[in-house]
Amino acid sequence: MDIVSILAESTRSAFGPIAAIYALAAIGLNLHFGYTGLLNFGQVGFMLVGAYGVGISVAVFDLPLPVGFAVGLLCALVLALLLGIPTLRLRADYLAITTIAAAEVIRLVYRAGFAEPLTGGVYGLQNLADGFRVLNPFDGGERYGVGALSYNGNHMWVLVVTWGLVALMCGLVWMLMHSPWGRVIKGIREDEDAVRSLGKNVFAYKMQILVLGGLIGALAGCMLAVYQASIQPDQFKPQVTFFLWVILLLGGAGRVFGPVLGAMAFWFLMNFTDGLLRGMGSMGWFPFLQGPDYGAIQLAFVGVLLVVLIVFRPQGLIGDRKEMLINVK
Amino acid sequence: MRTRLVTVLLALITAILVIPGPAATADEQGGESLHGRILNPQDRDQGVEGILLTVFEGEDEIAAAETGPDGNWEAELPGPGEYRVVVDQESIPSEFALRESVIVVDGEAVVEVEADDRRPLIIALDVAGAADEGTGSPSPSEEGSDGSDGGDAAADDAVATGADSGGSFGDRFAQLTASGLLYGLVIAVSAIGLSLIFGTTKMINFAHGDMVTFGAMIALLFSTGAAGMGNSLLAIFLGLAAAVVLGGFFENRLARVPLVVAQWTAILLGIVLATVLGVMGDSVGWQVPLWGAAVIAVLMGGVLGAGMERYIWRPLRHRNVALIQMFIVSIGLALVVRHVILVLFGAGRERYAGYQIQDPVNLGLVELPPRDLVVMGVAVLVLVGVACLLQFTRIGKAMRAVSDNRDLAESSGIDVDRVTLYVWGLGGGLAALGGVLYGLNQIVEYEMGFRLLLLMFAAVILGGLGTAYGAMVGGLAVGLVAMLSTLWFPTQMMQAWALALMILMLLVRPQGLLGRRERVG
Repeated sequence: MDIVSILAESTRSAFGPIAAIYALAAIGLNLHFGYTGLLNFGQVGFMLVGAYGVGISVAVFDLPLPVGFAVGLLCALVLALLLGIPTLRLRADYLAITTIAAAEVIRLVYRAGFAEPLTGGVYGLQNLADGFRVLNPFDGGERYGVGALSYNGNHMWVLVVTWGLVALMCGLVWMLMHSPWGRVIKGIREDEDAVRSLGKNVFAYKMQILVLGGLIGALAGCMLAVYQASIQPDQFKPQVTFFLWVILLLGGAGRVFGPVLGAMAFWFLMNFTDGLLRGMGSMGWFPFLQGPDYGAIQLAFVGVLLVVLIVFRPQGLIGDRKEMLINVK
Repeated sequence: MRTRLVTVLLALITAILVIPGPAATADEQGGESLHGRILNPQDRDQGVEGILLTVFEGEDEIAAAETGPDGNWEAELPGPGEYRVVVDQESIPSEFALRESVIVVDGEAVVEVEADDRRPLIIALDVAGAADEGTGSPSPSEEGSDGSDGGDAAADDAVATGADSGGSFGDRFAQLTASGLLYGLVIAVSAIGLSLIFGTTKMINFAHGDMVTFGAMIALLFSTGAAGMGNSLLAIFLGLAAAVVLGGFFENRLARVPLVVAQWTAILLGIVLATVLGVMGDSVGWQVPLWGAAVIAVLMGGVLGAGMERYIWRPLRHRNVALIQMFIVSIGLALVVRHVILVLFGAGRERYAGYQIQDPVNLGLVELPPRDLVVMGVAVLVLVGVACLLQFTRIGKAMRAVSDNRDLAESSGIDVDRVTLYVWGLGGGLAALGGVLYGLNQIVEYEMGFRLLLLMFAAVILGGLGTAYGAMVGGLAVGLVAMLSTLWFPTQMMQAWALALMILMLLVRPQGLLGRRERVG
């Protein structure tokens, strides 16, 4: 077991494309939960419709990639409206139940047999990245970066674009939250009734934020599709949403850079524990574990992390504890 | 402190930057490769083992791969380029045939692999014969009647019996109503606990589905013969039960310190006993019939629920942790329980032996196998029992009182914490029973509970969050709607219809069928 190379590999993944994609999706969740207090447990549903918007447009209908992105974002808009209209007027726990159920039902519908001509069923879709790689200024065969932090050209291109989008969204969130509109949004989190008594239409504000966060989630899904060049429905299981929650709570909800920091710390931890466990396993310390068990232990670890964080440090790395004393009204 | 942290971080960053790159790229070891998973067309969650694939570059054979037990295969490639993958048709089991697609033609596929690309290649199988119909994918009608397809369509078996009985619309309607009732009863049994827990603590327990899985798995373990692991689990839960009982019984009669010491001693003794039994392994093997295993599962489920309440939820409530935080903790717990179950019992899909092939009993309109009749009977008995408990006993009345208004109940002298403990115990036991009943006419696997959880949510919202009778009515309604929807729509949409029903209810009557009209927004 080589502890330095495990550390290096973990750091590499903390800056890698996957961390960037999760940071993007977590920014959307931060808008929902961190700033507005909406309990969205179905962020992965937005990622799924975004990814399949790209997938179906590009692989099935041979449309150019920008059209795919547009379709994905449009699907997310429709999904947000469908989820929001029945539940946003109700207590927060109804939204929680509806979103977690909706995300799972969407996955089941996309992987179902009758949808196979469009979605490829359980096999998913492939060959999605050509339109993206045509624009690649880097050489696909070369490696770029410094020392252990090097990526091949294609990954580098995804990485640059996704971190660029993350920076853009961070700027957007910062500007929004320092605008009058953002103050109303934060007011809804603190005391919905007070905001309502000032004559604000709380439902409309919540709907706008649900749509906005959903669109950012869908954008993350689109980037996932071009990064992997293929998508399967089963990679959009609810645990992705739970990862995003850990990322958000780890970084600090209600902070512009919370999701970014959280995503980097989370993927560092995930790869570090994985490398450490497998390293110890290969030294024969865990004779009772088989290969697939390590993944399960890691997910159990995510669960423990979630519990420990929320109980002992709800504000995460850079959050403000006072801001996180949100309660369900 | 802070400067020291920064120093360490800086040192770490420098160390990583000076390490030579390629040596440290574990996930790109070997650079290019092709991988994929070949699935069983009759059951898309199972792979097909032993299919041989050969990779050619030009005319040279450069790599070969064979699918593993889960259908996964991977072939390492020497570098980027264009490769030809040939599937050995001889190695495909005779009941399947290779599906032709844009990429796979005559068992050959040409793929282009870029530098450092771990490229997936989709190779699909069809049931032999079906593939002859052409290159198209199986038609929806075929999917609908072939009930064994798609493990995620939750109640395939029940649907299959409905569809097989064939002929007229009336027959199918009756048959599906019967399976819908069965399904609804199972949902109702599992969902009562969820609804009662919400009523007493205002918390949605996202771990409830995994408590269902727990029950099904424990019953499977003890009915197929428990040796080392079963005994160990039993010992741990015995210790936990002793600790909970001690805590509940001596709460106000004993000083705090001896009580805590006694509880921890009980748990430690349980763990020690578990270790000893685990080491002894198979030498203390025993086996009970399924009904006995079900009783053990219900008891252990009750202990699991009560233990969670006593050692996780009660301390959190006393720390005044906000409800949103509690939801997130319950999601974390759900992840932990589900994956501990996965590590302990594996990802396999199993069934309770000896109850699979049974001659259906003809009941005039419908035919049901005896096991389904027993499941329905047990579920109805349990539901009536729970209703009697809530309606006529002291503790039942206290549960309803706490559920109605926690503060009022507390001020009228009810020990709210104790009632909550009983509610969790009852809920855990019922969830475990629901798991056994669900496992009897479905498949036992580690995600079964999570799938049922969505339907349980639909059921409790439909009936009214927090009301036990609402969960019963809602469960039946959700089961019936889910099953009857398969008369007109594909099986995979079952859950979507149950969810649609829930959303409709939220729009029209947010408090649910039996909920009291109050402001919920």
